[in-house]
Amino acid sequence: MSILVNKDTKIIVQGLTGKTGTFHTEQALQYYGTQMVGGVHPKKGGESWTSSLDADAKLPIFATVGEAKEATGADASVIYVPPAGAGAAIIEAIDAEVPFIVCITEGIPVADMVKVKRRLEKSNSRLLGPNCPGILTPEECKIGIMPGSIFKKGSVGVVSRSGTLTYEAVFQTSNAGLGQTTAVGIGGDPVKGTEFIDVLEMFLADDETKSIIMIGEIGGSAEEEAAQFLKDEAKKGRSKPMAGFIAGRTAPPGRTMGHAGAVISGGKGGAEDKIAAMEEAGIKVSPSPAKLGETLLEVLKG
Amino acid sequence: MNIHEYQAKAVLKEYGAPVAEGVAIFSADEAEAAAKKLPGPLWVVKSQIHAGGRGKGKFKELPADAKGGVRLAFSLDEVTSHAKDMLGNTLVTAQTGDAGKVVNRLYIEDGADIERELYLSILVDRTVGRPAFVVSTEGGMDIEAVAHDTPEKIHNVAVDPDTGVTEADAAALCDALELTGVAREDGMKLFPILYTAFVEKDMALLEVNPLIVMKDGRLRVLDAKVSFDGNALFRHDDIMALRDETEEDAKEIEASKYDLAYVALDGDIGCMVNGAGLAMATMDIIKLYGAEPANFLDVGGGATKEKVTAAFKIITSDPNVKGILVNIFGGIMRCDIIAEGVLAAVTEVGLQVPLVVRLEGTNVELGKKIISDSGMNVIAADDLDDAAQKIVKAVKGGA
Repeated sequence: MSILVNKDTKIIVQGLTGKTGTFHTEQALQYYGTQMVGGVHPKKGGESWTSSLDADAKLPIFATVGEAKEATGADASVIYVPPAGAGAAIIEAIDAEVPFIVCITEGIPVADMVKVKRRLEKSNSRLLGPNCPGILTPEECKIGIMPGSIFKKGSVGVVSRSGTLTYEAVFQTSNAGLGQTTAVGIGGDPVKGTEFIDVLEMFLADDETKSIIMIGEIGGSAEEEAAQFLKDEAKKGRSKPMAGFIAGRTAPPGRTMGHAGAVISGGKGGAEDKIAAMEEAGIKVSPSPAKLGETLLEVLKG
Repeated sequence: MNIHEYQAKAVLKEYGAPVAEGVAIFSADEAEAAAKKLPGPLWVVKSQIHAGGRGKGKFKELPADAKGGVRLAFSLDEVTSHAKDMLGNTLVTAQTGDAGKVVNRLYIEDGADIERELYLSILVDRTVGRPAFVVSTEGGMDIEAVAHDTPEKIHNVAVDPDTGVTEADAAALCDALELTGVAREDGMKLFPILYTAFVEKDMALLEVNPLIVMKDGRLRVLDAKVSFDGNALFRHDDIMALRDETEEDAKEIEASKYDLAYVALDGDIGCMVNGAGLAMATMDIIKLYGAEPANFLDVGGGATKEKVTAAFKIITSDPNVKGILVNIFGGIMRCDIIAEGVLAAVTEVGLQVPLVVRLEGTNVELGKKIISDSGMNVIAADDLDDAAQKIVKAVKGGA
């Protein structure tokens, strides 16, 4: 099993015709036949898109998300629209009742995400991101920008606020022979759709996920909330072996470290508090980002 | 992006917030004329730097018993003498670090009779994904200390973005700040005004500390600190025009021209990484092996060869840098582009310090080949751990 996406997931692309959308759609199509089923562009409805890697790989383009969903039966949408229009693109997908929306775009104004968040609360859609690498279930489905070559089908659930650290965790668990059920990048923005807790709940419920790696970073309190959630679940007898990492131990307070959400402000959001909360919840936190796989193996050996 | 207090007050005044009359000056010659435009007989002369704690700050060049960066003046002569004292000198506050900041601008403001000092700020509360007011009756002091020592004196009111500040929200804020009479009437008007300014101008933080109740019972925004969401500046040319580059690190300004996320730090190992998380983790692992990072630098996902070259040049322009670690795990970012950018930069500016390169992910073989074929004096690393150990050894060992 996997979480959120599998070989049956049908995906449309908002922002397919741009450079980034095209590149990553081509990559997805080449990844175990991920079912990319169409694109959306307000002015190019009726046209079609052809992969530069495979002249037979063509996708129809629709003018709206609603039309694309209707025509293709898509149950997911991935968004590569530039930041100024990405908030509106997410809202269009919510209004079209797309069940699972993945927004890769980095740099969306926070105010736009506040509006999106409010719309999400009133809908049944799930948003992953924005400012995230997407989600990948090995040998089944790749949505977003993760490099497929480092994955291996297996037993570890990976959830992370950072894209490239997701790759580290995946790479290291592949090298350790464990492989992954699904890797989920929740993204580095302060206001986002899916949070750690949502993904952890799904990993706890998934039988094939035998262990979990959770990677957080400075800023906000999502890691502390996740740790509390894990503690509460453990009391109910639900727990899985976990390793973790927090990026930004050396980050100076008050400075935004690349990700809009990665900032220690008002004395809150520092790495040490997060590490302490995670350790208290039974997660073995690796001091080194290079030892995620090793740390998880140690936990599994007991 | 941060702006100065006087600029923040001008923005808030546009929305109808009660702020004192004031005039910004750049030289002491302008002080008397500026003060004459205000009613007196009390003036406040305020240093304009992008850091808090100015009142308690000290000027490096002045005797230790000299007054701080915010001073009262009871005569026109005093306004001028304060201006001469402060302009061009370096103000060190709890927020500036030991280096301090040179005061290039002053704000001369009409004085106020203060009855009570309150605290108010608006920011996006990420746990609920909504803008929220944070208020306290304990204004005029370090709010972090208040939050730590007396958390019950801090009140949060989150605002539904669909409705804006409701009557009930405004009343809750008035209650929390213990506003009565005229002050309460002012508060009911002020809170929606501040919220509107926050949302319309895409502010990241709007902090009024203190918000004061004057002797006549009226509210006034006595100090204002505003920063803006950098991702939203594209739709605010008026705000962009307020940017004061003298307040920013030259390397950070250069980096921003290339859309690179760069933060200058105090260590001696320069880092170029893709991805914010990995960039932070790279700093952390350098520290773990006993050295200090010279910077945070995320070249981002869509970097071009030019961008990578610019990033490399910014790192090498830092005289503290004794070694460079390039750490790339390509997802969007292709390793061959990184390799070409590094090669172009080294060809252009030379390489005076050890360089460790670790490449992984998309097009890794091509990237490694470009580096190895180039004849550059590069130390190749197999993984992040190996890379960190190699650069620390190269720098510490003086190799």
